[in-house]
Amino acid sequence: MVRVPKRLRLVGYRLLQAIPVLIGIVVVSFLLTRALPGDPAVYFAGPAASAESIEQIRVSMGLDRSLPVQFLAYVGDLLRGELGQSISTGQPVLTELTRRLPASLELTGFALLFSIAVAMPLGILAATRPNSWIDHLCRFVVTAGVSLPTFFTGLALVYLFYFLLGWSPAPMGRLDILYLSPPHVTGFYVIDALIDADFETARAALAQLILPAVTLGLFTLAPIARMTRAAMLQVLEGDFIRTARAAGLSSNKVLYSYALRNAILPVITTLGMVFSFALGANVLVEKVFAWPGIGSYAVEALVVSDYAAVQGFVLSMALLFVILNLLIDVTYTLVDPRLGMED
Amino acid sequence: MYRRDFLKGISALSVGVGALTFLKSMPAMAARNDTLVVVTGTTINSLDIHRSGTNRPSYQVAVNCYDRLLTFGHKQLEDGSLSYDYDNLQPELAESWEVSGDGRVLTFKIRDNARFWDGKPVTAEDVKWSFDRAVTLGGFPTAQMAAGSLEEPEQFEAVDDKTFRIHLPHSSKLTLPDLTTPVAIVINSQAAKAHATEQDPWATEYLHRTPAGSGAFKVERWDSGQQLVYSRNDDWACGPVPKIQRVIIREIPSQSTRRALIERGDVHFSQNIPAKDARELEAGGKAKVVSTPIENCLHVLCTNLNFEPFQDKKVRQAIAYAVPYEAIFNNAAYGRGVPMWGGDSAKPESITWPQPFPYSQDLEKARALMAESSHADGFSVPLSFDLGQADWAEPTALLIQEALGKIGIKVSLNKVPGANWRTVALVEKSLPLHLENFGGWLNTPDYYFYWAYVKGNLFNSSNYDNKEIAELVDETLFMAQDDPSYAPKIRRMIEIAIDDVPRIPLYQPSLNVAMQQNTGGYEYWYHRQLDVRPLTLKQD
Repeated sequence: MVRVPKRLRLVGYRLLQAIPVLIGIVVVSFLLTRALPGDPAVYFAGPAASAESIEQIRVSMGLDRSLPVQFLAYVGDLLRGELGQSISTGQPVLTELTRRLPASLELTGFALLFSIAVAMPLGILAATRPNSWIDHLCRFVVTAGVSLPTFFTGLALVYLFYFLLGWSPAPMGRLDILYLSPPHVTGFYVIDALIDADFETARAALAQLILPAVTLGLFTLAPIARMTRAAMLQVLEGDFIRTARAAGLSSNKVLYSYALRNAILPVITTLGMVFSFALGANVLVEKVFAWPGIGSYAVEALVVSDYAAVQGFVLSMALLFVILNLLIDVTYTLVDPRLGMED
Repeated sequence: MYRRDFLKGISALSVGVGALTFLKSMPAMAARNDTLVVVTGTTINSLDIHRSGTNRPSYQVAVNCYDRLLTFGHKQLEDGSLSYDYDNLQPELAESWEVSGDGRVLTFKIRDNARFWDGKPVTAEDVKWSFDRAVTLGGFPTAQMAAGSLEEPEQFEAVDDKTFRIHLPHSSKLTLPDLTTPVAIVINSQAAKAHATEQDPWATEYLHRTPAGSGAFKVERWDSGQQLVYSRNDDWACGPVPKIQRVIIREIPSQSTRRALIERGDVHFSQNIPAKDARELEAGGKAKVVSTPIENCLHVLCTNLNFEPFQDKKVRQAIAYAVPYEAIFNNAAYGRGVPMWGGDSAKPESITWPQPFPYSQDLEKARALMAESSHADGFSVPLSFDLGQADWAEPTALLIQEALGKIGIKVSLNKVPGANWRTVALVEKSLPLHLENFGGWLNTPDYYFYWAYVKGNLFNSSNYDNKEIAELVDETLFMAQDDPSYAPKIRRMIEIAIDDVPRIPLYQPSLNVAMQQNTGGYEYWYHRQLDVRPLTLKQD
């Protein structure tokens, strides 16, 4: 028997674990959407609809069939890779998701980058100097960040940087009216424009990104900073740090190569969690900045009981989470010094 | 502000990489004032108005990209703004039309020079195909065509290439106006049929994404959920060629953001803004605001007759005397619209609709009526409103709640999410007390009464049933308005509505549109969509 390396086995095991999760998601999302209040046939029949026209719509949407039949049809479509057609936007759900997901990921990714760049140094500084002014500053920033609702932060930033100062471009989505979207490669406008060597468009896309990313980033600062601080504090009290210090290693060496490497694990877990809830928190930011992302799509779909779109959204999010958790597990094995030694 | 001033050179925004290199040097070259930017809060979900599920904001594509046989002329309102004129039918795709003596045969002559975008001349066959489609596909287009007594494909006849005929089961004053609605568009049947399939004989999938019309604007680009770009059809034959070369409709969901954009001058039009913003924008002086009372539309408080206490007319009248009309008008409508209370007499003198009902807040009278009613001790009732309409409905509901408390009616508030609203309020008609805002496209009182006062019809969410009104509606719905018996019948209808008050009018709402000072040509239309064809932009 071939001996599969431990890490590979771990990854394979995680992948297998995802299968029942996905099946569960398919069933639950189907049932939950059917439990939504409101009658989509009535909604989509439009104004001045008569009873007959509502019935016609119901039949054309396939909603006159029994639930099990509808479910089988849905699963059949899924197996063929079809997510169905969203009625509220009139587009196939798959097309819509593949176009909107990169927009959300780009926004969330930049927000996290911003968040990490601010929160980790803050957390480390706060941990090395507990109860100093920097610790208080850290506490203040994270409390403010998490307690201000994102739509408020967003509007306040728009008011200040766009309306009053005029530094920021008009908050009209991913690109100003002046520009064309770059040729599609990854769906991330900044990256696509760079691949196309179109620096002007890349700059414009980046300029559109800054305010929404900062808005979302402020919201996600708290857990990262708090976790960095707590983990660092704990690690810094460890015996091996005392030993390292006693051995006369420079404080930078102690802090960054020993303490941080050990403290980073819970931070990575937190990052995974933050990433997922940031995708959710996107909705309001997307509304304020007219960002054509996946969050506002899902909310619109929910409001009008657009079954196919909601199911597609839930399913793709579930997939994303499974992949995300897998990535975190894999990162763990790479980062954790203990896991590395066992092999 | 160069971002408004798009280049004439890029005739196709979607040309891709080729244009990108060109684009980099654009700011230096931009000096034109022929691109308009419009922001809207709602998404456009289809380019085909006949398709099921097409939402209201999408109707603008039918308005701007397609032609109808007829249109309305325009008139100047008292405040100097422009409005379409219901009494002035004008030719659009038809060059002339004739009505037979009995009013049952309508013959239209189609313009010789009218061509679709692909160059094919518009023929009577296209008109027939388009009308057949509208009455066959079901849903909203079919219902709207039926309002003009257009129900069967057999009614439509292509006599020859340029002559189209409609046969009616009876003459109706609503038929010609109905032909101006965004539903009665003429589609390039040849282009559409080329993409029709056995399952989809009316090419709904194709026209959903690719309009095929003869209208003043073509759709140059549609990024669903983000923007729609119109570009001018220089060969438009059915009216004066638009001054504007390109119109960009951007979807900005947040009202605050839309307001910031219009105040900063980065966009030209913001369609359908809340009354509060309209007042503040106007006061701020940064943008022009045009507020037009929406014809044949009322914001009303409905008492559902399925709810036992409301079966007593005295209770309904008591409520009509308890409603704080003035406070609602000031705090929910921000003074925009037309008051619909405090009318002179319970016997209407004119057939103007809507007209003020003779109620105003008089708590003494309300209490007296309650005391005489079968529910002298009061009762509890939930007051429901549509969350999608919260900007006016929420303050209105709160004010009504407070006022009704004073006459012994305990009101609780029930907010219904938008999608659910139609089902519970209009289809199931199960909300005891609720706020409703029906407006009829065709501007005649009988049309309003047909939808809102006849048992079983969609907007009669009060479940009101009155034999006399039903008969009067039946008699007047198709009757010409200059028929001598028309006015007395309408007056009688309004009189019953005043006395019975199943629907308590609060005020007639306005359509508010904000625009930059350098724009012109804005015209109000009953369909409440922005007709971009007559818009102009002055050089800065």
